[in-house]
Amino acid sequence: MAELSDQLLVVAILAYLVAMVCHAVEYAFGQRGAVSRAVARPERQLVGAAVGGDPAKPPKPVDEVPSGPARAPGRVARSVLAGRVAVALTGLGAVVHLGSLVTRGVAAERIPFGNMYEYLLALTFVGVAVWLGVLARRSALRHLGLYVTLVMVLLLGLAGTVIYTPVGPLQPALRSYWFVIHISAAVLSSGILLFGFVPAALYLLRSGWEQGRRGFPYDLARGLPDAGVLERFAFRIHAFAFPIWTFAIVGGAIWAEAAWGRYWGWDPKETWAFISWVVYAGYLHARATPSVRRSTATWIAVLGFLTMLMNLFGVNLFFDNSLHSYAEVD
Amino acid sequence: MSSTGPAPSGRRSPVSRTIALLRNSWRQLTSMRTALVLLFLLAVAAVPGSVLPQRTVSIEDVNEYFREHPELAPVLDRLGGFDVFGSVWFSAIYLLLFTSLVGCIVPRLRDHLRALRTPPPAAPKRLDRLPQHAVIPARDPDPRAIAAVLRRRGWRVVVRGDAVSAEKGYLKETGNLLFHLSLVVVLIGMAIGSWYGWHGNRIVVAGPDSAFCNTLLQYDESGLGPRVDSAKLPRFCLELTDFAATFTDGGQAQSYRATVLVDEAGGAPRHADFSVNSPLRLDGANVYLLGHGYAPVIRYTDRYGQTQTTVAPFLTRDANLTSEGVAAFPDANVDPRTGERDPSLQVAFEGLYLPTAPEEPPFIRSQHPEERAPAVLLIPYRGNLGLDAGIPGSVYQLDQRQVRSGKLTQIDTGKLLRPGETWTLDDGSTVEFVGTRPYVTLSVRHDPGQLIVLVGAGLLILGLTTMLLGRRRRVWFRTTPSDESTTSGSSFVEAGGLPRTDYPGFADEFRELVAVVQGGGNAADDRGETSDRDAAGVREGTP
Ligand code: HEM
Repeated sequence: MAELSDQLLVVAILAYLVAMVCHAVEYAFGQRGAVSRAVARPERQLVGAAVGGDPAKPPKPVDEVPSGPARAPGRVARSVLAGRVAVALTGLGAVVHLGSLVTRGVAAERIPFGNMYEYLLALTFVGVAVWLGVLARRSALRHLGLYVTLVMVLLLGLAGTVIYTPVGPLQPALRSYWFVIHISAAVLSSGILLFGFVPAALYLLRSGWEQGRRGFPYDLARGLPDAGVLERFAFRIHAFAFPIWTFAIVGGAIWAEAAWGRYWGWDPKETWAFISWVVYAGYLHARATPSVRRSTATWIAVLGFLTMLMNLFGVNLFFDNSLHSYAEVD
Repeated sequence: MSSTGPAPSGRRSPVSRTIALLRNSWRQLTSMRTALVLLFLLAVAAVPGSVLPQRTVSIEDVNEYFREHPELAPVLDRLGGFDVFGSVWFSAIYLLLFTSLVGCIVPRLRDHLRALRTPPPAAPKRLDRLPQHAVIPARDPDPRAIAAVLRRRGWRVVVRGDAVSAEKGYLKETGNLLFHLSLVVVLIGMAIGSWYGWHGNRIVVAGPDSAFCNTLLQYDESGLGPRVDSAKLPRFCLELTDFAATFTDGGQAQSYRATVLVDEAGGAPRHADFSVNSPLRLDGANVYLLGHGYAPVIRYTDRYGQTQTTVAPFLTRDANLTSEGVAAFPDANVDPRTGERDPSLQVAFEGLYLPTAPEEPPFIRSQHPEERAPAVLLIPYRGNLGLDAGIPGSVYQLDQRQVRSGKLTQIDTGKLLRPGETWTLDDGSTVEFVGTRPYVTLSVRHDPGQLIVLVGAGLLILGLTTMLLGRRRRVWFRTTPSDESTTSGSSFVEAGGLPRTDYPGFADEFRELVAVVQGGGNAADDRGETSDRDAAGVREGTP
């Protein structure tokens, strides 16, 4: 079972990798057609609330066949096909990814959140699931897929190589239902927050492009939805994930009280969770502050993403004095 | 007196200038921009707390840092680098932030309470200028009927003549205030915890001779809040009667359980179990199981035939519980005739304990955490142990100064002993490895602010979700009876809607509301002609 899980991970990475290539193909060859439609579409439809907002709006399938003055219809159609294949592959990757997680859990006979490797596997799955959920409602955002799959391949690659941990039972300190609650909330929220980085970063590129900046990296934003759309989308995602992240920290504190006698001890992992929390709170706060520009606020969200990465990888690799040694890489 | 705009300075008294300055600074401090800067500073200030070792987390790491960076460490220490979260600058940042917070919250709380009592504002003249607008044909429209429909759906409604004003979503601001206030509650709880809380850590070896009672002196390490009287710590005594740990064959720990005999003031001694994740909760203190290990029992018979036994807890070095420590016999070789102690004849053993020793040398690493083939490697030393010098030394290590100065010398390369084995040293004295006893590392703590922090955190999450999910919006309906109608002579209702916060779904809600009003309270399918101007709301201008 354990080997099966490892093999499934490799398959999932490959699926994401090929999906990434397909997205790139669509991106490179399918110009303006899809793009101008995404821009022309009323904002309301794009931003809606796959995440956190108003419930159950029926998905609005978007007609992907290019209309209007596309210069090379055949090429565009083929590139759209590439985009669809990419989405299908991402879906396939997600299923295999889930399979890898489940077989891992079966092999260890417990919830697969017991170490850093499993934690990463789970939260990247949340990220990709959120992405597919968003895509089901707003297929015009498909272009972001290139970046989503890129992030997935990088994170899973790191998970499978640098911090791989063989299957083992849960340490006694982790046998607590508060631990399960804490880790589930942390997995969910960091998965969503990591995904939120994609529209946040793309918004920054796009708004630069809309202000007339050209050249690398702004040219990448040529085919993207409107800056305003991306910005609001990024905000919704962060606003949805932030309370869950807060809950994860509180749950962690409750567990820490039972396990170590203090709810908060400024252990490096806790310190970085605090830093991320403060930075993301700063982002929401900045966005609600009228005198702060949207781009400044979004930079804070990007900074939040970096602190999350620090917490995921940095703390485990740089500081060996963390009490959270379950996350240790050996 | 105005605090804005330059006034001729000659006309102003120093007092009024000071007041103006203070008022301006206060206004600055309580602005959201300042709050943002302080939040950012707080995050940055926390970083050194994770990069540098912290006294509150691990004093050993701090000491090691001092050894490795003898030049840098004292400088960092003066800057508070090893106690970041208690340092002046860190405290300054969060105290300023919370001052700003309170200064910001109190006026908003007042405004919000007033807003809760104020009816929704009168309808603007031109409803068609609002982001949402609709005109519904209706026969004999009645503002009171519309008001009733809205009220049923949770809107706060007021009817003024032919117009209905309604507002919803006050909860957003309530949640916002609750969130910010609960941050203050959490801080207060933390402050109470650090003033009135205390903790002590110690190792407890199994057996009645190693029982301990809750007094400060009994702890290896302790911390008292400034408002705690050490004489008033709750009275109780603990004796470790049993410790059970189970491991997988691969050596992974599966469970720990400590059993203690508790003797609390005002009760008969009783047995209690506790383990990691389920602490022993006593009256006024909790006991947490932080770690465990083995304490070898070493019996030494000196050259005069006097026998002494020590139970020395060894510190564990790896996951397989390879442990290191020292068994010291400062009272060895006291001449029984004169009763005189010869300080150059004290004896100590450096020890390496392997719960599962390998079959072949080198005997440096245990193979499994359980005692499957226990053995201890003892290295004997004789001389002055340096215990009388008054310098507190580690009980887990020999005083290396004594070794370096030649006052304490190693007398053999060492020998591996199994339980029950005896080894005769060069002077005819013998040492026996009797066996081991388990020990546990306990943390005893009391934090009276904990519950306040928990409640604060609960309110914080509640406030946060209400704030982020809530949406404040207003709608107005104006009825125009047929005789006043200028368009076609028939009566109609005009509706306008204004989302006051970022709310992309408002257009849909408005449309539905209009449909309901049109259907006279039942959601109807045919909708009025609506215009969807800027669905995303007023606050959503381009940056
Ligand atoms: C302890 C530090 C603080 C934290 C963690 C914090 C966090 C937040 C967060 C997460 C929001 C949500 C924004 C949204 O609705 O999207 C917010 C809103 C807000 N905060 Fe703070 N805040 C803090 C201090 C302050 C201070 C000192 C002030 C006053 C100067 C302030 C004034 C406000 C206001 C007015 C809003 C609401 C803006 C709106 O109407 O949307 N906050 N804060």
